[in-house]
This record gives sequence, structure tokens and C-alpha cells, in this order.
Amino acid sequence: MSKVLMKGNEAIAEAAIRAGCLNYFAYPITPQSEVAEYLSWRMAEVNGVFLQGESEVAVSYMIFGAAGAGVRVFTTSSSPGISLMSEGISYLCGAQLPAVFVNIMRGGPGLGGILPSQADYNQATRGVGHGDCRLLVMAPASVQEAAEMVMMAFPLAEKYRNPVMLLGDGLIGQMMEPVEFPDHLKSEPSNKDSWATNGIDHRNGTTRNLVRSLFLDPEALNNNNLILRAKYERMKAEEVRFEAYNTDGDYQVLIVSYGTMSRVCKTAINALKGQGIEVGLIRPQTLFPFPDVAIREAAAKPSCRTVLSIEMSMGQMVDDVERCLHGIRPVEWYGKCGGEVPTPEEIIDLVKASV
Amino acid sequence: MAKLFQRPKSMFDVSTHYCPGCTHGVIHRLVAETIDALDIRGRTVGIAPVGCAVMAYNYIDCDFQEAAHGRAPAMATGIKRVRPDLMVFTYQGDGDLASIGMGEIVHAANRGEKFTTIFVNNAIYGMTGGQMAPTTMPNQRTTTSPFGRKTEEVGMPIRMAELLATLRTPGYITRQTVIKPKHIQKAKKAIERAFVYQMENRCFSFVEVISTCPTNWGMTPKDAVQWAEDVLLPYYPLGDKKTPDREVTEKLVAAAGAA
Repeated sequence: MSKVLMKGNEAIAEAAIRAGCLNYFAYPITPQSEVAEYLSWRMAEVNGVFLQGESEVAVSYMIFGAAGAGVRVFTTSSSPGISLMSEGISYLCGAQLPAVFVNIMRGGPGLGGILPSQADYNQATRGVGHGDCRLLVMAPASVQEAAEMVMMAFPLAEKYRNPVMLLGDGLIGQMMEPVEFPDHLKSEPSNKDSWATNGIDHRNGTTRNLVRSLFLDPEALNNNNLILRAKYERMKAEEVRFEAYNTDGDYQVLIVSYGTMSRVCKTAINALKGQGIEVGLIRPQTLFPFPDVAIREAAAKPSCRTVLSIEMSMGQMVDDVERCLHGIRPVEWYGKCGGEVPTPEEIIDLVKASV
Repeated sequence: MAKLFQRPKSMFDVSTHYCPGCTHGVIHRLVAETIDALDIRGRTVGIAPVGCAVMAYNYIDCDFQEAAHGRAPAMATGIKRVRPDLMVFTYQGDGDLASIGMGEIVHAANRGEKFTTIFVNNAIYGMTGGQMAPTTMPNQRTTTSPFGRKTEEVGMPIRMAELLATLRTPGYITRQTVIKPKHIQKAKKAIERAFVYQMENRCFSFVEVISTCPTNWGMTPKDAVQWAEDVLLPYYPLGDKKTPDREVTEKLVAAAGAA
């Protein structure tokens, strides 16, 4: 397929279909409602399921029911909506069900605003729901990458039988860029018959499947959490993704930034290069698992004096950057969280002030 | 010699955890008998609720999912929409369905989701330890209404069957009880009918079953039956509140009975 010009939200919707996900439940919320609008007619075209639920809470359990029945299913929402879905996400983790949640972030807390933000970093990477749950969190920086990550997200959710979250900001959802979609994937989890409530007859079996997250026996609950923990450790070993930019030569400053914010940083880095100042960038593509080793190694370069965590939040990822550096370099945070994206000029000034 | 009465094939051969005098066991049995009668065990998915019946899957032998508080109708919607060939039922208590899950049941019913809800109403929170429910009777004492339910503060008990029957979308809405043997056969017919409607992809079906909670009502099982009859049934009248299309329905139900 050749490249087409698409809005990020629409590309996410189309990518899900091409990922073989023909089941979508959602509740509208700005700035990602175009996903539901697109799929309201597109799912009909491909004989898929589209249903607008009565609330985000209900939607998260429609996702649970469908995932439990063994089909590929996803939803999209934005920050306040994800908060409402967080209960269901915890249940999905507890019951080990695969599903994909897309959060096109807007500013918060509370109703916040409707402009881009990255302020749900802590919520997404620390589990979202109650209990010891974690999500695999992917952060795209372009419409093309959003589409590709959606297509990666479903097999990953099924590999780990765990929800995967695509964490985009409002700009990724709203901007238009050329996008080329990878080939179609298969449409159902391959391992589902061992756990899904898809009907005993459907499995040609005699014993029933049970999807549950209640373990009243403390040892059983502890064991379930050990199983979950082992999955999260496996994600840390196998699923770390990041982009290194301008890290080949010597640089005095290392920037860590993701999503839309990282693109602004790249513009600043290119401008600074012209002025004789070298700056490296590590862009996490997975926020959980976090690219600890890559950041530590990039920061350990002898020329590197300082590390900047630049985010569209009041300083959330900076905690992870500090954590993985073990104090080998000073870390500073810079960001904004009202819906404005910091400009390249602001980043340039910031870097100049720190060298 | 033929056995006239035996454990339904869709029930595990185990003792239940329910208190003496509680009717969950009877209602479970009616559901299992219906699954057997319609021969649908291999394509049925139950949704277990929160509360006393959370472990319904330990007694009824078919695929099951375990719901969060009140969300069973949303989960059933998710399953049924992606797998319309499956038979899906939710089994919910009054705190679950009429309080925290009010939104989910009203919207699922109004969308005409093709699943079946068994709603067990015993006018109190059972497993949580006897707190006031939306269905608790005026002046009924509970652990959170120690002076009796004051309707001027918290309103009158919610009649779910009547409330859902106001929806314009076709549905089968009925109220039954199992407190005495004479009621049980009627309740069984209602549950069968509810499953048949689903089987024929006709409508959302809702069977409210007035039940007892001797432990949390602070009564003997015998007194609990009497209290249910004297106090609950006048406020929660039995019978069909709504049928989707009586004539066609009767034919379908008769055909299922004959098979």
C-alpha cells in the first residue's frame, strides 16, 4: 500500500483493523473521538464490531468480556476516560487477558484541558489500576509510528496475556502525516483455547475455562502475583525499545524525551549542531519497560556532563531517568503542562544554560 | 429403574457455601437444569457477580468469567457482541445490579443485548455483611440502617423489574421467587423462557428472583420465608412485566418444552 495522508487518530483506527482487530468498544472524549467516528463506519465495512458504550467504565468491561472470549479487542480514550477505565484494566491484568488501550493524553488533573499533554506518564507506567499490575506502554512520536505500534501492540498483548497501552499525546492524535500501513495480521489470539471462555464446544473439549481475578487463598493470590511479576520481568528483558539520536559523537548534554516532545528536541539538537553544541537524545519508545541501560550508557559517555528530561508534564519521567542513572550524572527536568508544547528555542536556551 | 430426580449434568457434585435457608442453591439449580434442557452447556458463558454468588462457577459447570462490582452486563455485552453464537448469562445480586451496576443494566437492557440476566433480590447486601441495599424495605434494619431504612433520607426501594419494563426496547422482564415449592416451577419456566429468547436472538431477558437472606435478616430460615412472603412480595409483585411478542414467544417456549 502506498502512503496516505491521515490524521493520527484515524491512522490508529485503520492500523487496528490491519492488525486483525475487528472489535472496538469506546466512549467519545476529546482529543481522540475521531477513532470512534472512523471505526463507526469502517468496522461495518469489514464486518467488525463497533459499539459506543454508556461510559468508560462500561467500555473497559466490554473489553474484558470480549478479551475473555478470546478475540482481539481494543479501545481508545483520553486521560479522564482512562482514569475511569483503570478499574477494568486492573481486572484484565489480574485475569491475564490481552487487550489494547490507547490513551491520547490531554492535560490534567481533573477535567484539565483538551490540548496535548504527557501528564499520564506515572499513571500508565505505574500500573494504572489497583493492585500489583503493570502495562506494557508504548509511546509513538509520529503518525507512522503510532500505526506501527498499534500493529505491534496486539501480538504483544497476546504474548504476555496482559493489556498493552499506546500512550500518545493530543498532537499525535490530531496531526496529519503520511502513513504507510504494514501488511495485515491474523485476527485472533493463537493461544486462546487454553484460557478463553469461547465455549467448550468451540474448543472440542469437555472441561470449561474460567476467567477470574479472585484468589481468596493468600498463597494462591501471592502465586498469581508472582506469575504477573515474572511477566513484567520478561517484558523488561525482551521488550525495551528506544531510539538513539545524535549519540555517535561526543556530546555534553543528553536529552531524554518521548512522543511529540522528542521531535521538538530533535529540531533543537539540529539547530545547536550548527552552533557547535552537540546534544544526544534517547527517545524511549517503550515507557514500561523503560530503557534504563541505554540511558545509563549514553549518560556515562565521558563528554556528557548533564542529562535533561524534557516532558509535557510537571516532571514525571524524570524520576525514571534519575532512577536508572544511579547518580552518575546530574539530572534536570524541563516541561510544560497546560497544552502548550515547549518550543525549540526554549530547548536551545535550556541546553545553552546547562553547558 | 429410572431416576426421576438427580443432579443436573451442568452442576458439579459439590456442596455449596451458602447459608442455611438461602435460595441461591435453588436458583443455581434452575439455571443448570435450563442449560441441560436446552443442551447448551458447550456454548454457554456465565458471568459470576460480586457478592455471595461470586463462586457460582464452583457449582455451575460451563465457561465462566468473573465480573467486577456491577459490571456483569457490560462484560456480557462484550462477549455477546463479538461471539453472538455463545449463550451468555449474568447472575447478579441486588447491591451489584441495582446500586453500583445500575448504569450497566439499564443500558444493556435498552440496547436490547441478547443475553439473560438472573437478578437475585434479597433486599440486603449478603456477602459484604448485611448492609442496606437499594432494594432494602422501608424500616428494614441493616448494619448501615440500624434504625431502619428511612425513606425520607434514602428513598423507596428500587423495583428493578418495573423500572426496566419502562424501556421501549423489546425485552422479557419478569419477577419470580423460589421461597416456596409452588413458586419454583414458575421460576424455572421463566428462566427457561429467558434462555429461549436469547437462543432465538430475540431480546434482552431479565428474571428477578426474590430470595431470602436469613443470616443477614437475623431470622430462622422458616421466619425468613414468612417475612419474604409478608413483606417483600407485596412490594415486589410477581409475574411478567414485559414480553417481547407474546404470541410468537409462546410458540418458541412450547417448542423448547417439547424438545
